[in-house]
Amino acid sequence: MPDNNPLIAVAMSGGVDSSTVAAMLHRDGRNIVGMTMQLWNQRRLPELVPDGPTGRCCSLDDVYDARWVAEKLAIPYYVVNFEKRFEEQVVKPFINEYLNGRTPIPCTLCNNYIKFDQFLEMAAGVHADFVATGHYAQIDYDAPSGRYRMKRAVDAAKDQTYFLFGLTQQQLSRTQFPLGAMTKPQVRQLAKDLGVPIHAKVDSQEICFVPNGDYAAFIDSYFKEQGIAPRETQGEIVSTDGEVLGEHAGVHHYTVGQRRGLGISAAEPLYVIATEPMSQRVIVGRNEELLRAAMPVKDINWISVAPLVSPMRAQVRIRNKHMPASATITPVDATRAQVRFDEPQRAVTPGQAAVFYDGEIVLGGGWID
Amino acid sequence: MVPMLTDSFGNASSIHHFGQVAKQKLEGARRQVAALLGCQAAEIFWTSGGTESNNLAILGAIRASGFQAKHAVTTAIEHPAVLSPMERVDAAVTVVGVGRSGVVDPNEIRRAMRPGETVLVSVMHANNEIGTIQPIAEIAVIAHEAGALLHVDGVQAAGKIPGVDVRCADLYTISGHKLQAPKGIGVLYVRKGVKLDPLLFGGHQERDRRPGTENVAGAVALGRAAQWFVENGVAEAARLGALRDRLEQGVRQKVGFASLNCAGSSRVANTANIRFDGIEGEPMVIALDLKGFAVSSGAACSSGAVEPSHVLTAIGLSKEDARSCVRISLGRCNDERQVDSLIEAVAQAAHHLYRISPAYAG
Repeated sequence: MPDNNPLIAVAMSGGVDSSTVAAMLHRDGRNIVGMTMQLWNQRRLPELVPDGPTGRCCSLDDVYDARWVAEKLAIPYYVVNFEKRFEEQVVKPFINEYLNGRTPIPCTLCNNYIKFDQFLEMAAGVHADFVATGHYAQIDYDAPSGRYRMKRAVDAAKDQTYFLFGLTQQQLSRTQFPLGAMTKPQVRQLAKDLGVPIHAKVDSQEICFVPNGDYAAFIDSYFKEQGIAPRETQGEIVSTDGEVLGEHAGVHHYTVGQRRGLGISAAEPLYVIATEPMSQRVIVGRNEELLRAAMPVKDINWISVAPLVSPMRAQVRIRNKHMPASATITPVDATRAQVRFDEPQRAVTPGQAAVFYDGEIVLGGGWID
Repeated sequence: MVPMLTDSFGNASSIHHFGQVAKQKLEGARRQVAALLGCQAAEIFWTSGGTESNNLAILGAIRASGFQAKHAVTTAIEHPAVLSPMERVDAAVTVVGVGRSGVVDPNEIRRAMRPGETVLVSVMHANNEIGTIQPIAEIAVIAHEAGALLHVDGVQAAGKIPGVDVRCADLYTISGHKLQAPKGIGVLYVRKGVKLDPLLFGGHQERDRRPGTENVAGAVALGRAAQWFVENGVAEAARLGALRDRLEQGVRQKVGFASLNCAGSSRVANTANIRFDGIEGEPMVIALDLKGFAVSSGAACSSGAVEPSHVLTAIGLSKEDARSCVRISLGRCNDERQVDSLIEAVAQAAHHLYRISPAYAG
C-alpha cells in the first residue's frame, strides 16, 4: 500500500548507530518499525566465553538495549530469527574459507545474504518498502545513468563501503543509510540530544559471533559441537626458497601478511606470504616478498557504473584499513577483472574483497581470487 | 483482586485483623479453584505459576519415591516446564512420541511403563500449540496399574475444557494467567495421600509443601476466574469452538495453501494452528501484529525471536514446515466481527507473503 509515508524497517542491533537511526527517523515523523536480527545463539559454544555471553553482538544485553530504545521511541519492535540462514551463509563459508587458506570477511557475507537479503525480505513481508541501517555509507540516485550510486561515508574513519560492495541496484533502491553524512561524534551527540538511552555505549569492533577475535578457537569449538572431526591442517612452515623452517598447528591460524605467532627465529622479520591448503604449508618470506602488482578479482558487483567493457582507472582497496591504491581494472567478463596496481601492494590476500573507487564514488567490488 | 492490594493487604499468616481477612479470601479462592477441578480445597496448593507447579510435581514426586531405580514417562509434546525438569531429575526418563494426530496413544504409555521402577507419568491435558486433548483418564488407569503416579499439566485445559475432573490424576497443574488471572499465580493439585518433597524450604505455608508468603491478590483473582468458568464454561467453550471453526473455515476458504494442524483430533475450543505452505510464520505474525492482531508462531526464545516448535516437529512436520505455522488463540473478548476481520487480515498477509517469497519466485 504505497503512500507518502511508507513504512521503514530499521535494523536495530542495540548499538548507538542503529539506535540513532531509529531516533532520527522517528524525529522526522517517519513511519518505522524496529527489528533486531537474532543471528547467532550465544549460548552455543559456551567454552569460548567462560564469563557468559554478555556484552557482545546478538547477546541478550543488546536485544534488551534495542528494546529499550524502541520503548523510548514508542515504535513497534520485533526480534527476528535469522540464525539458520546466518549459520548456512555466513558461519559455514567463513570456516571453509579459513580451512582453504583464505581470509574471509563475514561482515560482507552477512550484508549480502542477511542484512540486505533476508532482512529486506522480512521487511517486504510486513509491508515495509524500505530498510534503514546504521551503516556508514551514502546512497544517491544518478538520473543520467539511471543507477543508484554508493559513496563513501563523510566520516572516513567509520566508512563501511568496503563491506557493502555486494549491494545490487534493487537492494540499494530500498535501502537508507541515514548516518552516511555524519561523523561518529555527531552521531553520539545526536543520540544524546534525541534522548537515546544507550548513547554512551561503547562500539563493537570484533566479528560478532567470534569471541575475542579468536577465530581459530571458534572453528575448533564449532567442529566439536557439530561432531565433525577437526580437519588436520597442520604442516610445515616453508620459506619462499623452499627451506623448511618449522611446523605449524593448522593453516587456519595464519593469514597473509601476518608476522607474529610464527614461532620462528630468523635474521630478519618473516611474514606469511601465502598459505597452501593442498600441501598444508605456510609460506613465509621477507616483507618485500609480500608485494604484488596485480591480482585477479572475481564475483564482481558493479554499483555506480555499468559492468566495464574496457579498462578503467580507479583506486582499489584490498583491506578495510587499506588506503585505496591507483590501479587499472581490465574486465575479463561482466563479473571478473584483472587489477594492475601502479605501485605493488603489500599483502594481497585471497578471500578478501577488492573494492573499486573513483574518488568518493564506489564503482563496485569483488573477491580477490 | 484490587482490594487485596489496597485494603486487605494483610499477610495471610498474621493473627491480626488484616491477616485474617487475607487468610479468609485466600481460602475462599482455594475453594473456588477446587470447585473448578472437582477436588477438595485441601488438595489445592498455591504456587507462582505453571512452571513452578510442574517442577514441584515432577521433582517433588520423584524425589519422594522410595523406589530403588527410578523411572519416569512423559511425551514429546510437553511444555519445556515439564521436559526440562525431566532432563534434570535423578531418574531414567522415557519420552513417548505422538503421531500426526497430536494425541498420545495410551498403548505407547503402557509399553513405556516399568512396574516397580516407574515413579511418575507426566502427560499434558491439552497441548498449548495445537490444542489437542490427551486421553488422561485412560493413561491414569495405565499409570496406576503399574504403581506409578500421574501428573497432568493442565495449564491449557483448566478454564478451557468445561467439567474437568482432576481426580483421575495424582497431581495437576494450572496457571492463573491462562484463565485471565494475573501472571505470577498458579496451582498444583496434590491428591490426598500423595507424597511430595518440597522444592522450597522456609515457613509453614501451604502445609509445608510450598513455603513463602502467599500471593493473596493473585489467588483471589484466580479463584474468581475459576468461579466464572464453573458458571459459564459450557457456554463459553461452545461459543469459542464456533468462533474457532468460523476462523479455520474462513482462512481455508480464502487461502488455498492453508491447512489445519490436528483439526481432526479432539481439541480445546480456542486454539487454531494453521500451516501456510511455502511462507514463513514469523513475518505473518509481525504483519498481523502491526494491524492489531496478536497471534504466534513457534516458540519464543529468550531474546523474543521465534524458534521452530518442538511440538510441530513431534507431530511429524519438518523444521521448515513448522516455521510456516501460525497459532491463533481466541478468548473471552473475541467476537464474530473480530474473527471476520482477522480472516481478512490473515488472507491478505498470506497472499502478500506468498507473492514475495523467493520459493515462489523460483
